[in-house]
Amino acid sequence: MASILSADILNASYGPTQVLFGVSFAVEEHGITTILGANGAGKTTLLRAICGMVPTEGQISFLGERIEAKATEDIVRMGIGHVPDGRGTFVNLSVEENLRLGAYTRRDKAATEQDFQRIYHYFPRLKERLSQQAGTLSGGEQQMLAIGRALMLKPKLLVLDEPSFGLAPVIVQEIFRIMAAINQQEGVSILLVEQNASLALNLADHACLLETGRVVISGAAKEIAGDEAIRKAYLGY
Amino acid sequence: METFLHQVLSGLATGGIYASLALALVMIHQATHHINFAQGEMAMFSTYLAWSMMNAGMPYWAAFFATVVISFIGGVAIERVIIRPVEKAPVLTVIIVFIGLLLILNGLAGWIYTYTNKPFPSPFPERSFGYLSGHELGAIIVTIIVLMAVYLFFRFTPLGLAMRAAAQNPVSSRLVGIRVGRMLALGWGLAAAIGAVAGMMIAHIIFLDPNIMSGVLLYAFAAALLGGIDNPWGAMAGGFIVGVIENLAGQYVVGTELKLTVALVLIIGVLLFKPSGLFGKVLVTRV
Repeated sequence: MASILSADILNASYGPTQVLFGVSFAVEEHGITTILGANGAGKTTLLRAICGMVPTEGQISFLGERIEAKATEDIVRMGIGHVPDGRGTFVNLSVEENLRLGAYTRRDKAATEQDFQRIYHYFPRLKERLSQQAGTLSGGEQQMLAIGRALMLKPKLLVLDEPSFGLAPVIVQEIFRIMAAINQQEGVSILLVEQNASLALNLADHACLLETGRVVISGAAKEIAGDEAIRKAYLGY
Repeated sequence: METFLHQVLSGLATGGIYASLALALVMIHQATHHINFAQGEMAMFSTYLAWSMMNAGMPYWAAFFATVVISFIGGVAIERVIIRPVEKAPVLTVIIVFIGLLLILNGLAGWIYTYTNKPFPSPFPERSFGYLSGHELGAIIVTIIVLMAVYLFFRFTPLGLAMRAAAQNPVSSRLVGIRVGRMLALGWGLAAAIGAVAGMMIAHIIFLDPNIMSGVLLYAFAAALLGGIDNPWGAMAGGFIVGVIENLAGQYVVGTELKLTVALVLIIGVLLFKPSGLFGKVLVTRV
């Protein structure tokens, strides 16, 4: 299968501190790739690099087009919905305004209104809280809102940075179930960064293991999940 | 009682002008977290442009709207050319740039138009309406129209929403495809246009000269702080309150010569006792 997103020998740095060293990976069309690794391995930086939020060297291609030199807003407009680290909620705005912002770049009004219904279908909780100030939502609700906002962009690729972070297990389960549904029913490709390796490997078809900014293992998620040595050495379960 | 009512109502008229300028300050503060010290001089310069056009024979309202449009473009240009290069610079650098801009505009206006007072026309009838002069009533109406338009724009249009989002959370804004730089420039344009209206309204009351806005800007600072520097609606309310307080204090307490002191006392008082202002939003955030 063709890949929708690929990175080739990617370096990234914050000022003088280099974080990524020659990282290569790909997300297949309609596929789910997960990036695993310990704290400080460079997972969040990798996602930021894709969306042009940190200076990089190397190649990144999305839908067959080079994007490493593009501005964040132009990359996003190509169809990447990014659910950032910390959820990126517009805390002063209402839930509805947050969702509306997700659709900011779209001009197809009717389809946008339909997508609101689609988001409410996935996250009924958000519908109940439409006029509430988004900063007052619980962590789980803000995570749902962040995913909803990214989906309102009608992305071809959904990029998620630790969607399970700080959430109760039952909510994590729900969010993973919804990610699977988005992927299977709508064919949206997913790039998922996770600390919860077993959940992520269960959902993904490909996995990359990052260690101090380098890819140490890359392959089919099933194989990695089934390899006891890798699990013990890197994943801790 | 007559005097009292008169002072309150004409306080509302000048207060509306402070409210407009305070709103311009708050808009730029929200987007950049800086106070634009040149906001008043930008308004002053716009007013001179209007004066030139009217002096050349242009009808009042044609010159009025032309000035608003030119000021908008000028505001955008100032952001792009002067402010953008120091976007990431330390606070003090930005403040120096603002003060430099203030001095340049002030000097430029003095150089072109001289420092003598110029009468500025009013489009409103000369006769008085109850306790208000025609111009005061007209200024109140114009101010209310401007403030309403700004409110409707920010509240109900996608572009207004995007501008609010860009001011609050630039990183997330980029991630939904908002061109944050463009929103900032638009904000400067809007602030300049609002300031231009305020300038044209106040110039009829206190005559036009290059220093016309130094006092007005102080009142606008007081208004913005009183209402809450991060709350546009608070800043507007603050403007009206400051206008009324200024007039009443001038009439009954300190006399007209010390009116400006009232603004300074207000600024210090708010900063000492209620730094978030009367209507400063109490924000609840969960993490």
